[in-house]
This record gives sequence, structure tokens and C-alpha cells, in this order.
Amino acid sequence: MPDEIADKVLSLIASTKRLPRERVTLNSTFEELGLDSLDAINLMFEVESEFDITVPDEVANSIHSVPEMIEKLKTLLAKAPSSSQGPPE
Amino acid sequence: MQRQRVAITGMGVICALGTNLAETWPALLQGKSAIGPIQSVDVSKLRFQNGAEVRGYDPAQHFDGNRLDLLDRFSQFALVAARQALADSGLKLVPELAGKTAVVTGSCLGGQICQDAAYWSVYGERANRLHPLTIPRIMANAGASHISMELGISGPVFTVSTACSSANHAIGQAFWLVRNGQVQAAITGGSEAPFAFGLLKAWEAMRVVSPDTCRPFSKDRRGLILGEGAAMLVLEAMDRAVARGARVYGEIVGFGMSSDAGHITAPTFQGPANAMAAALADAQLAPEQVGYINAHGTGTAGNDAAETRAIRRVFGSHANKLAVSSTKAMHGHALGAAGALEAVATVMALGEQMVPPTANFTTPDPECDLDVVPNQARAYQAEFALSNSFAFGGLNAVVAFGKS
Repeated sequence: MPDEIADKVLSLIASTKRLPRERVTLNSTFEELGLDSLDAINLMFEVESEFDITVPDEVANSIHSVPEMIEKLKTLLAKAPSSSQGPPE
Repeated sequence: MQRQRVAITGMGVICALGTNLAETWPALLQGKSAIGPIQSVDVSKLRFQNGAEVRGYDPAQHFDGNRLDLLDRFSQFALVAARQALADSGLKLVPELAGKTAVVTGSCLGGQICQDAAYWSVYGERANRLHPLTIPRIMANAGASHISMELGISGPVFTVSTACSSANHAIGQAFWLVRNGQVQAAITGGSEAPFAFGLLKAWEAMRVVSPDTCRPFSKDRRGLILGEGAAMLVLEAMDRAVARGARVYGEIVGFGMSSDAGHITAPTFQGPANAMAAALADAQLAPEQVGYINAHGTGTAGNDAAETRAIRRVFGSHANKLAVSSTKAMHGHALGAAGALEAVATVMALGEQMVPPTANFTTPDPECDLDVVPNQARAYQAEFALSNSFAFGGLNAVVAFGKS
């Protein structure tokens, strides 16, 4: 079964950092992808817009890889009052 | 041109800890943190709620209405601190001296509060006109220009804007102007008034502002806390100061700058180390002669660890004998005024031989393994001290001070 959240995260990383989509995998670390701390904050901004959530600073600053991002995003979406199926737009 | 020794003969300060030096210095020694809920801005839509705002300040007690029309809060602070510093120095700016006196100020943001309000009116309220004084209120040199106009200072007057290093870069330029004999006196420091909603949202987006308080060098530090205010120093050629019988608080003995040439926001240790080494070289000091460092110490995870490493790189084993404190836990991070507030703390620390503490400290961090003077001021003996400022953009500026 396709994982829509994971797919969106991979696409967001690719578009935010202007990387070929195939370079971004479910196991990539930010370091492998060349994302520094500022890139990670930019990515979190895009994720917040895409999923209509607010990521607390300490969660955002603790994410250093794609799997961490997907896991923490799913946790946040499960707690969020809005639908966990994606953006409202 | 013969080098002049550079005396500090007057100081003025307005910050969250107090509206003058007589209030601020005892508060620094008490380890009193002035961080609290932000009152001047509605924080209901902000993720952080706390700041270090100036309290008990009524602009009308300092300026008449016509004058206030021209002054953003950051310019008000600049003028208040400059007036205090000049009065404190007893220097009379007779016409001949006024032309040989400089004003060099630091500001990261300029008139941010006026700018924020003006842009809200055109974007948010669809206003078709802005107040004609908007530009003179928001320009970053407004504080310096108003000091010059009010005091009749007609020598070199300019403002340096290098984010969080602005005031140290400014003080360093003023120091060199006096040392090189380009001017006989200078008023120098920095001022900042960052509590404007748009700017606070931009800081929120950086994810470096603490949700509670500022705990520099502490393992549980969670980020910086913004502060506001100004501090100004009166610098004079030592011969002139001694000849007129001025009180000399201390000396500026050196200044060093460097750039990380690295990342726009992530700190390095080599750039700050290079700036400290440059300040020591400019002052012709050996590392062992320094007893105290007023650290940049923002309370962010990145800065405090990198600064510790930089200090160890420059001072070697002497680093273990240094007292290193960050007073930002008390007066907040006043951005372009930070180095000026910290200059006052450093000069007083040398003069009184008392180190202000790093307040709000709870837990040692192995990555910040210096003597950070936690929570309690301490008597010490030292002839020389450094004050560090390191900016976003990788711009580092370090001022070296000597005891009078």
C-alpha cells in the first residue's frame, strides 16, 4: 500500500533542496542529502504548509533524517485536530 | 601618527535591567534576570512569550512631542544612553572639540517598530499614504545622527550594521579613530528595539528563540531571548582625559575582527578564535594576561559549544583559569546593542574586580566546560578582559579592555 505521507515528504525534500526525486530515499539522512541546519528549518516550513500543522521547535530541531521526519510527522498528524490524510487545500 | 591610549570616561545604559548605570550594574552583580512575559506586543500568535524589555521608561520624560515625532524607540534609547554617557564623562563639547569627536553606533535593525507599523498600515489596513517621517525614523543611522545633532558633534558619524556584532564593530572603529589620532573623543555603542510583531514572527521561524528563558552554557539551554536597549561609551585620548582630571573607568586596548567565510547562520569555532586572537594581537597581550571574557553566550545549542571550543583554541590551558560569563541571561540578546551592553558589563567588571555571573544556569554541559561563573557574581583579580560578539553571517568582533 503506498504511503502518501512518506511520498509527499520525499517530494518536498526534493523540491525544497532542488534535488532529483530519486536521490531522496526513505532511509536518507539530511547529511547525505546535503541538508544543513538552515535547510532543515526551511524544509520544516514547507512541511508545515503542506500538512497544515505546527511543528514545535524542539521536535523540528531533533529531526536529522527522512525516517525521523516521517515518524515525527505521523505522530503530529495523529494528534492534530484536522484530518491526517493530507492538506486541506 | 602617534598612537594614543584610549580611555573610557563615561558610560550610559538603558536595558531591561535598568534605565541607567546605577540601576544596571548592581542588577548584573545580583544575577537578576530581567527576562519576562513580553508586554509591548500581543504574543498570542507567537510560539515564544518571553523577552527582556525595558521597563519604567516613559519617552515623554526624555523628549518633547515634536522631538518624539522623529524618533523610533531604538533612536530614543541611543539618545538616552548617549546623554547619560556624556554627562557621566563631564566632557564639554566646545566647538573645537565637537569637530574632532566621532559618533559610531551599531544597530542591526534600525527603526523596526516604526517600519513594522508603517508596512502594516499599507498592507494590512490598505492605507494609501505613509507618514512623511517614516524614512528618517527607520534608517539605521537615525540614532547616530540624532546624537550628532543634539550634541553638536560634527566629526565622523556613522552606523555599523553587522547583525549581533554591530555594537562591537562600532566600538572597535571608534577605538581605532581615537587611538590613531583621527579624533580626540568618540561616543560609541549600540541601540536596538526589536519588539515588533513582524520581526518576532521572523525570529520564531528561525527556531532559535527559547520558549522559557536564556540559559547560556547550561546543558538544558533552549535558545536565545531577545532584549532591547542601548549603551554608549565616551572614549577619549588618555592624555586629554588625564589632563582634564576625568574619571577613567578603564581603557580599550585592542580590537579584532574576522569572518567565518562559512555558513550564513551556523557558527564555526575558527572564525571566533581568529577574532579573539586578532584582538589580543592588536592589544599586544599574551593570552595569560586575560582574566575575564564576557562571552557572546547566546544560549543556543550551536553558539555556546562553538564559542567554548574557540576560547580553548585561543587560550590553551589558560582557558581553565578564565572566568567566562554571558550576561545575556540577564539583559537578553539585544542584537545590535548586545556588544554595547556587554562592554559596560566588562568595563565595570574590571573596574570593580567583580565578575557578573551567567544567570539561569542549572546543569554543566561537557561541550561548554569552562568556568562560566554560574549564578553568583565573584570577586577576582584581572587586568584585562575580552568582550565577544559573533553575528549571523559569520562576522566576529572582539574588543579587549584594560583596567584603569
